[in-house]
Amino acid sequence: MTRKFTLLLVTAFALLGSAIALAQDIQAWITGAGGKPALAVVDFRGAGAAQPLMAAFNSTLFDDLQGSGVFDMKSKSLFPLNNPQRPEDLRAEDNNQGYALADWAGSPTNASHLVFGYTAAQNGALVLYGDVYDTRQSNLQSAQLMAQRYAGSLDEAGAIHVAHEFANDIIQKFGGSGSLLGSRIYFVSDRSGNSEIWAMDWDGNNQKQMTSLKSISIMPSVSPDGSRLAFTSYAKGTPRIMIVDTLTSRLLPFYNQEASLNANASFTPDGKQIYYVSTAAGLPQVYVAALDGQGFRRISHRDAIEAEPKVNPKNPSLMLFVAGPGGQQIYEMNSDGVGVQKVTNGEGEASNPSWHPDGQHIAFSWTRGYAKGDFNVFVMDIGTRQFVQLTHSEGRNENPVWAPDGRHLVFASTRNGRSQIYTMLADGSQVKQLTMQGTNRFPVWGVK
Amino acid sequence: MKTYFLGFPRAARLTVALLLMVLVSACSKKAPIAPPPPPAPAAATPAAPAQQRPVVADFSIEPSSIERGQSAVLRWSVTGANDVSINNGIGTVTAMGNQRLTPANTTTYTLTANGPGGQAMANATVTVTGPAAPPPPPPPASRGAGTLESRIQSDLRDVLFDYDSNNIRDDARAALTTDADALKRIFADFPNATVVVEGHCDERGSAEYNLGLGDRRSTAARDFLTQLGVPAGRLKTISYGKERPVCTESDESCWQRNRRAHFSVGQ
Repeated sequence: MTRKFTLLLVTAFALLGSAIALAQDIQAWITGAGGKPALAVVDFRGAGAAQPLMAAFNSTLFDDLQGSGVFDMKSKSLFPLNNPQRPEDLRAEDNNQGYALADWAGSPTNASHLVFGYTAAQNGALVLYGDVYDTRQSNLQSAQLMAQRYAGSLDEAGAIHVAHEFANDIIQKFGGSGSLLGSRIYFVSDRSGNSEIWAMDWDGNNQKQMTSLKSISIMPSVSPDGSRLAFTSYAKGTPRIMIVDTLTSRLLPFYNQEASLNANASFTPDGKQIYYVSTAAGLPQVYVAALDGQGFRRISHRDAIEAEPKVNPKNPSLMLFVAGPGGQQIYEMNSDGVGVQKVTNGEGEASNPSWHPDGQHIAFSWTRGYAKGDFNVFVMDIGTRQFVQLTHSEGRNENPVWAPDGRHLVFASTRNGRSQIYTMLADGSQVKQLTMQGTNRFPVWGVK
Repeated sequence: MKTYFLGFPRAARLTVALLLMVLVSACSKKAPIAPPPPPAPAAATPAAPAQQRPVVADFSIEPSSIERGQSAVLRWSVTGANDVSINNGIGTVTAMGNQRLTPANTTTYTLTANGPGGQAMANATVTVTGPAAPPPPPPPASRGAGTLESRIQSDLRDVLFDYDSNNIRDDARAALTTDADALKRIFADFPNATVVVEGHCDERGSAEYNLGLGDRRSTAARDFLTQLGVPAGRLKTISYGKERPVCTESDESCWQRNRRAHFSVGQ
């Protein structure tokens, strides 16, 4: 009896141990392997008419760099007394007063890189001179990584614009892939009285209503080039797929099959086809069609309820979808409908798969470990099936979708009451609430 | 040519830095969460144990102004109450919830919360603008009593389902058998009418999956009815997934009410 119990205990610990070991691998992926550059970003000052704009400039520059998740941002309170404003200000030696790179590399700042510069009003425009130096190099020539010049309008918008541009170039310089600059988040809001499709900048600014169908319009999906949205709408009675041009908000034609349900549209990585679910043959099953809905073809013939077909961004012959009944789970399948395999392990209910741009990882929502309906955001390595939980039961957390940079996620959460749209870094940190008004759901992240 | 300028004195830099900190912290303030109301005045009888009155944390309607015919969502959240009710026909409600309303005119809703510590009330007003609703069309000629809509409402029962299932349960079998007879009578009285079988789900599964599940429920109910002789051509199916719940409480009694096939007038 006792021996049996001990054996059980040992087995349990062994299983726990291997689970932790597995979790660490994917953990390393989401936090980014290796150390991050340690960035000291001084407060830039402006000459003359530029100075009143610098509060907006400095907070934008800092927030963009910090929000990228690429850097370890050093605290300004630890900086030396002075800082260079131009490359000419740099000295070989300054006794920790701030004009030497070594002053920034050493304690207490411990920065690997120094970002400095200044702005000035020049011919009615705001000009930014921005420099980035490697603090660990003694040769100033080889220490200089960037010396850039940017121009914007001489107002706060111009100051924010040049800060975004400079931050974006720094992020690119340090290998941050795919910029968020100009990217947009599309979502569903009922703040106008009906569920309509809305758009906003990725930081939550400029929230605008795109559709006015005065019906139920839900589940948007954005094309890879950001030019079109496909969504599901009850505007014509039964749920049907509609396409809208993101620039003009004009509806584009899409042929819906004769069926009680056409829904859950998503674009292929080349942007030339749309996968969706239709009950044209009775059961809700996966179909593919051209962008205008013509030439449709059934992919799956399974006796199930299928939803959310999502084609792999790197391998168009591989797709994910969700199916039930009996506890909805995520499955993978070849795009010709064969080779169906369970991706989630059958625990709880899983939904909302979203491919990472690398085609190797997915974000999804899962109730594993919680009551039915209590979804949390998870990230999984699709090859090894290792997963990490990013949210921890603060309300329902659903519809995680990767940003074009592959480092951020947007998702919907009821953590503060009604469902709202949030972004976070892929390691679960830096959670930001983007919407406040009404109930906001179904976010997707487009390159524009 | 570059523009050079003198550095600011250190004191000025500090001031700017402090100002910045104040600005930044002011900007990063979170959503306007309604502050709790001030504490209740001291009780008249000091001997009584200090029991708090119910607190209405939220009672709002959004949007607060609508055009006639549009709808608005009333939301409430009350703590410390045994009994919460809202006037204007809404009645007793749970401590936290919401309801979609389509008032014909500007309406003030009053929430009354009774608890061991007393009573709390709150008002929310929705302004209705636009021209008064035109008179409705005359009722269609009908041999039976009432309109098609009222007949569907009074004669047909919802068909209930288990979680994540479209199987017809024993109680659903009984409901559908009654519904089949009622539908035959309705179709006899309204020879051109069609009836929609709506499929609905509770809030727990994903919205995307529930669209498919709701479709399976409406189809299962429709198939059962046609087997009992209801003409298939007079029945249409539609799935609302979890987009049109009949109630929004997170408990099994509400979830069960939402896992249903429901009947409505066809176009």
